[in-house]
Amino acid sequence: MIKNISNLGDAALYCDFGNEVNQEVNSKVIKYFKNIKEKEIEGITNLTPSYNKLIISFDLNLTNFNNLKKIIENLELNELEKIKSNKIKIPICCDKEFALDIKKLEKKLKMSEEKIYERFFSKEYFCYMTGFIAGLPFLGDLDESLKSRRLETPRVKIPKGSVGIAEQFCNIYTFESPGGWNIIGNTPTNIFDKKNELKPNLINPGDTLVFEQISIDQFEKHNG
Amino acid sequence: MDKSYFEVIRPGINTTFQDLGRKNLYHIGIPFSGAMDNRNFILANAIAGNKENTPIIEFAYQGPLLKFKGEKINFNITGNVSFNLIKKDDQIEGNCYENYTLEDGDQLDILSTNKSVYGYLAISGNFKVQIQWGSCSTNTKANVGANDGKKIEKNQVIKILDTHSHNSKRKLEYLNSKIESIRVIRGTNFNYFSENGKKNFFNEEFTVTKLTDRMGMRLEGTKIENIVDTNIKSEGIVKGVIQVPTDGNPIVMLSDHGTIGGYPKIGVVISSDYDKLVQLPPGSKIKFKEIELSDAELLFKLYQMETKNIIAKIK
Repeated sequence: MIKNISNLGDAALYCDFGNEVNQEVNSKVIKYFKNIKEKEIEGITNLTPSYNKLIISFDLNLTNFNNLKKIIENLELNELEKIKSNKIKIPICCDKEFALDIKKLEKKLKMSEEKIYERFFSKEYFCYMTGFIAGLPFLGDLDESLKSRRLETPRVKIPKGSVGIAEQFCNIYTFESPGGWNIIGNTPTNIFDKKNELKPNLINPGDTLVFEQISIDQFEKHNG
Repeated sequence: MDKSYFEVIRPGINTTFQDLGRKNLYHIGIPFSGAMDNRNFILANAIAGNKENTPIIEFAYQGPLLKFKGEKINFNITGNVSFNLIKKDDQIEGNCYENYTLEDGDQLDILSTNKSVYGYLAISGNFKVQIQWGSCSTNTKANVGANDGKKIEKNQVIKILDTHSHNSKRKLEYLNSKIESIRVIRGTNFNYFSENGKKNFFNEEFTVTKLTDRMGMRLEGTKIENIVDTNIKSEGIVKGVIQVPTDGNPIVMLSDHGTIGGYPKIGVVISSDYDKLVQLPPGSKIKFKEIELSDAELLFKLYQMETKNIIAKIK
């Protein structure tokens, strides 16, 4: 299922599952990720699954590229127990103080604000991966008509809770961070909890999400 | 003993607790972090007589000014650092890689790192720090790790958990060598760049800019021309990866890097050159040199052996 394994520097394997991005390819990545994690293979220090790649970092004191490549190529994959995919509801407020890029998007997409939100809220989303910053979920797929490019110049600071869209994906900034996605709202829900060491992320790969539009009053009540 | 502590009179520019890093969390977005310059981190603990992975203080450019309260302790500083030990009626100019004793009321003034970025302060013993996911490493962006995930601040107190009396005369003759060129393995998107772009990457000089911190090192120089796409589908990153965004200026990902990125990777700095790379201050010139994986593996073994040999010389 891995199309090719190459080295990313001298201390990581780059497992390529192809160029396409869809849930089928991504679930293969997740399958490898979970199997490798369970086996606790000596020397592996980190696993980074993404849409269609899996990076395996290792400690060069304990193993090396060729050893690990052999192990991964001969890995016996256990079927995953049907992962209990959580369905999570996330409230989003689209008040103008939060929807920083909605006016720009109306122009970019040649679509009214109402139409953009109608299409955005009508879909269910799938979590492909988490990362970049702690707990940030990469969700998809947006309605075809909402695809847009990232900002030409990324923002230095995006407020915590911001919901952004770019290409066919959407994300939620788990804390203040730089970033280049088009911001269309903000959620009062805490997505990353560092105090919960066992399960710090509210949203994990494989989860399904629905968004619910809330008013500024409901947003403030939530935070109150 | 837990009555001993440091008062922070001046925090310095970027002073944090670090150890050898935090594993197995890339998939939720938490980077490895840990000491930037592993060798100097390890040497500080070795001179102090501590276990290898004991949490110690890392500082950048200007270090902290600390006032010590409590019973006598030993400390040492590693890197290329100017510091003074201020006693009641005496001021001592300190040498790196040498243990000194602090007594109640003494001050330690870490003035600056010289032609380098990071330095380390170890005590013979343990600071009282929070451990999160098996590491104290402070990631100030995610607020993870010791000190509530924050830099050490003015007027705060740094508590000492315990100390061990270790030979206060322990020292090491060691000089940090300068690096001529940074060795790099081709990245997974090497072919995204034009023939000229690739040539320039390995032949031209790049300058380290001020936009450099624990997350990444931004370089400036001849623009690296991309002929395929300046974006890729976001995927995992490891430390040492050199990404080239749309503007053609390379960025080297460092210990607190974002775990996922969407720019093409032209190369990856080899493990044995990482400690020296991070010590290059803004304004430094860098040249990249291409090498093969097998050579990089050999160089890493040699580098680790060299570190062991240096430790063996501590008297």
